[in-house]
Amino acid sequence: MEGGYSRVVEDVHPQLLDLIPNERNWFVKKDNNNNIEGDEKKLELRLGPPGVEDWSLSNAHKNYKSPQKAAQKRSAPAPVVGWPPVRSFRKNIASSSSKPAPAKKEKMVDSCQKGFFVKINMIGVPIGRKVDLNAYDSYEKLFVAVDQLFRGLLAAQNDTSGGRVNGNHEHDKAITGLLHGNGEYSLVYEDNEGDRMLVGDVPWHMFVSSVKRLRVIKSSEISNTCCLGSRQENIKL
Amino acid sequence: MVYSLPEEVLEHVFSFITSDKDRNVVSVVCKSWYEIERWCRRKVFIGNCYAVSPAIMIRRFPEVRSVELKGKPHFADFNLVPEGWGGYACSWIDEMSRSYPWLEEIRLKRMVITDESLELISTSFKNFRVLVLSSCEGFSTDGLSAIAANCRNLRELDLQESEVMDLSGHWLSHFPDTFTSLESLNMSCLGSEVSFSALERLVAMSPNLKTLRLNRAVPLGKLSTLLQQAPQLVELGTGAYSSGIRSDVYSALSKAFLGCKELKGLSGFWDVDPSYLPAFFSVCSRLTTLNLSYATIRSPDITKVINLCPNLQRLLVLDHIEDSGLNALALSCKNLQELRVFPSDMYVADANVTLTEQGLVSVTQGCPKLQSVLYFCHQMSNSALITIAKNRPNLTCFRLCIIEPRTPDYLTHEPLDIGFGAIVKHCKNLSRLSLSGLLTDRVFEYIGTHAKKLDMLSIAFAGDSDLGLHHVLSGCESLKKLEIRDCPFGDTALLANVAKLATMRSLWMSSCAVSIGACKILSRKMPMLNVEVIDENGTLNPKLDNCLVEKLYVYRTVAGPRSDMPGYIWTMDRDSANKI
Repeated sequence: MEGGYSRVVEDVHPQLLDLIPNERNWFVKKDNNNNIEGDEKKLELRLGPPGVEDWSLSNAHKNYKSPQKAAQKRSAPAPVVGWPPVRSFRKNIASSSSKPAPAKKEKMVDSCQKGFFVKINMIGVPIGRKVDLNAYDSYEKLFVAVDQLFRGLLAAQNDTSGGRVNGNHEHDKAITGLLHGNGEYSLVYEDNEGDRMLVGDVPWHMFVSSVKRLRVIKSSEISNTCCLGSRQENIKL
Repeated sequence: MVYSLPEEVLEHVFSFITSDKDRNVVSVVCKSWYEIERWCRRKVFIGNCYAVSPAIMIRRFPEVRSVELKGKPHFADFNLVPEGWGGYACSWIDEMSRSYPWLEEIRLKRMVITDESLELISTSFKNFRVLVLSSCEGFSTDGLSAIAANCRNLRELDLQESEVMDLSGHWLSHFPDTFTSLESLNMSCLGSEVSFSALERLVAMSPNLKTLRLNRAVPLGKLSTLLQQAPQLVELGTGAYSSGIRSDVYSALSKAFLGCKELKGLSGFWDVDPSYLPAFFSVCSRLTTLNLSYATIRSPDITKVINLCPNLQRLLVLDHIEDSGLNALALSCKNLQELRVFPSDMYVADANVTLTEQGLVSVTQGCPKLQSVLYFCHQMSNSALITIAKNRPNLTCFRLCIIEPRTPDYLTHEPLDIGFGAIVKHCKNLSRLSLSGLLTDRVFEYIGTHAKKLDMLSIAFAGDSDLGLHHVLSGCESLKKLEIRDCPFGDTALLANVAKLATMRSLWMSSCAVSIGACKILSRKMPMLNVEVIDENGTLNPKLDNCLVEKLYVYRTVAGPRSDMPGYIWTMDRDSANKI
């Protein structure tokens, strides 16, 4: 078997010998790949009548249409698929809550986790919201989103006349200052070690991997040391 | 004279030969040995389920008691293999249920198995003992209920890292009251809660239980109850390892661990609260295996634990261990054989985590028995790799992943060719290697020249040209598994080494430079290979020979092309192939 195939190999690929130089200071013939087609045509003549074999799909494959899934996969913003080579269940260990992994089978296509939702509460607003941190790639976008989430609610709380109508919130007071840290409100988060931290110090990706929940608090609270939980020490500035 | 020994004697002699490789060698000595051996082979290992068919296996080995099968390519672990690719256990289970009534053990890895198959297993094999489903999928807790209810003699149920559809936590209750044979249970991959009373009952009636791996949902407060019922445990996987501040939980846990005199392996440790760590310190001196790879505790806490474990042989940990923790490991754990360091942050080097190449260098220096390394880090240098190679020539498995692709030597900005070259040159028994960082064709020349015992090689974002691949295929005599992604390797090297592919189990190439034309040629020349082209996007035009293929999987087989391929796989139409 070896003998039969090796002969064919020698006939077919004289150009490979050119790739391997004598003196070991090798170089690559850049146009080798481009020559493949030409050599291949020679090949076909040797092995038998050309065009006899057909590269085809078996019956099950005919009329195969690339499923929608494939298109969706490609449109997701990439980190490189499958890199770094870490299994899905090892990812985002630091950012997962204490609840167990989701019960249903999760198809992890990219190396990003789909939909990373964290709770966000705002002082003065009894009902919390949830934000999907994977929908943003920077603090600026997060602040804008937080602003939009709570603007309406906050205005409703403060509006003593009642009967607010849904919809146009443009005239509501924006929660300014989240971005620059000198406004009325500040955004803080609880990290995987239970500490409360000011949002914005570390690179975005690092933040996402350690955040467990968010809070919008009054900036004046930051200078107080208050009891915020059983594991709380000091609020770090 | 050997041939005058009666069959029964030869059979008895062969019964002491258990390794597959040795058995295979025995079977080719002569015809009569082949016959005797095949009748008394009890264990079969099939590294690629498509390399052979159930019928062929059953015809040759009629009296098998234990079967191990592997399905999908390794890169399926990293989501590179699309859904529906294959690896179905169904036909195997069906045929074995008809032909192997005395089957005792089934081990599957990266395969798809349904609840129906699990039910069939549970009712077909009266003496069924061991079910290991490693990285499998396709089944639910209903299938597990069937196994629990019907397998009277079950000893081991291991669901390692499988994806299970969690329909109900009550599957555990299906073990009957008379069931006492359980020795090993690994349910760590299950997402939701299991019925704790069922779990407790099971543990209580299993006096031979040696291995128990719980899932994350089992609260720490319940762990001590279980440990008290099973002080004979050798391997324990905890659930979530935190419980608020509860001194009663802590003291109960501590007391329970004190009673576990046989405990040698610990794992689990999700959501660790460091204040609970000391609860298990009493078992540390006996520990040989410690898996902290889900524990986000910091280096000082990890170091404290390590310093208490002088007999550690196997450590899995996150990069939170940092260089300082690895230095402590090098000093304390002289019996260390295997180290795996996983990344805590996938993309960006966490400024708070100082894990560099130095940690690995320390361990290779301090741990003379170290053989197997899996190391994720952000920087590496040739000098560190050379030092590692000289420190540890006894390495058999070296898998280095520098997280950013194509990262050069951070000191010299050169490629890491000579570093990895030193690894293959000094570590003469290296059987598994994974490369990363900036690498040119030169590293492959070193690998082809020196890595003569290499069995499996993983390459990503490396090389300059076909010459790199050619060096590997022509030089690595023992190579059985080659997996490549995102490298400029193409037709020339592949077609120059077609014969080599028949000596290997499989070749995976994705995002490389292989054309459909070359795949056709390969198929034609090598009828004993299945050449499968994966075209998920549906963009491949098979008539255009120089069209590049997205993903290629080539493997040797005696079973011909498989019949369960999904629509996105192209393969040559054998019916019109030329007969030589």
